[in-house]
Amino acid sequence: MEFLDPPFMQRALLAAVLVGVIAPAVGIYLVQRRQALMGDGIGHIAMTGVGLGFLLSTSPVWMATAVAVAGAVVMELIRWYGRTRGDIALAMLFYGGMAGGVLLINLSDTGSNANLTSYLFGSLSTVSSEDVTAISVLAAFVLLVTVGLRRQLFAVSQDEEFARVTGLPVRLLNLLVAVTAAVTVTVAMRVVGLLLVSALMVVPVAAAQQITRSFKVTFVLSVVIGVGVTLSGTITSYYQDVPPGATIVLLAIGVFVALTVLAAPLARRRARRGETETERCTLEVPAARPAPDDVRV
Amino acid sequence: MPEPQNPDREPVIVVRDATATLGARPVLRGIDLTVRRGEVVALLGANGSGKSTAVRSVIGQVPLTGGTVELFGTPLRRFRHWARVGYVPQRTTAAGGVPATIREVVSAGRLSRTRLGIPRKADRAAVDRAIELVGLADRAKDSVNALSGGQHQRVLIARALAAEPELLIMDEPMAGVDLASQEILAATLREQVAGGATVLLVLHELGPLEPLIDRAVVLRDGCVLHDGPPPEAVGQHALPGHDHVHPHAASEPVRTGLLS
Repeated sequence: MEFLDPPFMQRALLAAVLVGVIAPAVGIYLVQRRQALMGDGIGHIAMTGVGLGFLLSTSPVWMATAVAVAGAVVMELIRWYGRTRGDIALAMLFYGGMAGGVLLINLSDTGSNANLTSYLFGSLSTVSSEDVTAISVLAAFVLLVTVGLRRQLFAVSQDEEFARVTGLPVRLLNLLVAVTAAVTVTVAMRVVGLLLVSALMVVPVAAAQQITRSFKVTFVLSVVIGVGVTLSGTITSYYQDVPPGATIVLLAIGVFVALTVLAAPLARRRARRGETETERCTLEVPAARPAPDDVRV
Repeated sequence: MPEPQNPDREPVIVVRDATATLGARPVLRGIDLTVRRGEVVALLGANGSGKSTAVRSVIGQVPLTGGTVELFGTPLRRFRHWARVGYVPQRTTAAGGVPATIREVVSAGRLSRTRLGIPRKADRAAVDRAIELVGLADRAKDSVNALSGGQHQRVLIARALAAEPELLIMDEPMAGVDLASQEILAATLREQVAGGATVLLVLHELGPLEPLIDRAVVLRDGCVLHDGPPPEAVGQHALPGHDHVHPHAASEPVRTGLLS
């Protein structure tokens, strides 16, 4: 357990566990709503926040959070009012955010492209104690929302129109999901990086649902997968000196492939079990067989 | 307009001179509709006649450009007792992007009673009862992805029944439903009606529900063409301008489970 010795690794591992828990916890609602790539968009927008943080010499994590939350709220508003032009507006937002980030970070005195890379793909050695505090506070918020309101968020993500007719505050809940996703992006930024955040929100969920039947089990399993890959990915990149984001995402995809392969025989076994329960055809339909005196015309 | 059969009973739905547009196209052009307590009213008409828009405007899902809607005597804008309304939207599937069991989907229908609270014993019992009503009790723990089209529709109806509503609003509940499921749905509905429920449903054809229907409202081009006893012996496909199109849209996206 030599990797536990350096203090930076202790911080990185703590951050990794938190990210492994919350990224799939939010991601599952995005996948359920079929907006799996929303996290990616928020990641792009958060870049401007990071750049702003460098330029104003404040904490990039908090600045990124503020900008990402604002961006997510705007995205939700576009979804309400945009309709047909919605995707164009989102594209503007995403690429504008990315370009703004690169511009701002190069304008600042402290920011450099090396710094930028650490935000884009994650970096173990740069997780500071302030980052850990920020990450812990934000992760607690995300967990509170995604677990505490799971029934309501499930209903809204499953069938928005139906949820409105049950009287749920659908707009508020959608906004909450967007804000929570934005917060998750900035929490995960230090560990997996902004460009790969979305993968950690989506891939564990996609992997889990290969073998699950219920939302509850999918939720738990994707969190387990999330923690598994963030931890093992962080440790691997400590020894191999590669960006943790890349290792984590590739590991997650590996789990996805493994579970997909496993899913086929599992489905067959379930089908066989179902077959013994329900009887096979026993009724003999006379018309199904050609009668001997069947005259062909 | 012919008077409803029981003018002494209180009206549950009152729509007056409702107009609505989709983009620039007028979909409803001044519709009047009254549904009284205990009535079963079918909304009939060809595709594009405005029947779906009409029911969706009753529950506030389509904004009206004119006219008024009242639910249980309250203007729609101020109506808050959504647990009294069970809604079955027009869907071909009850599934979302993530696996969910029948029980999980049906439980969502109970949220109009539990709100932000934790479901109690009575809530769980109501969910079980709703699943039983549509004959899926033995499959409650199965994923909705593993169901047939008719079973999906049964799940959607169970979800609406979970709140134990007084008014059921259903948008084409029989579309794409196999015969066995149609009969189960008819039996379920019969039981609800016997229990005093009020029903407004959009139908393409009366089919196995015919004996239950008190009154039919036929729409054409956003106007009420007929309001009275269900059209008799017109044959299932003989309504004016009948153009049978199933909601199984070919445009339904291919689901990869990852990016879809």
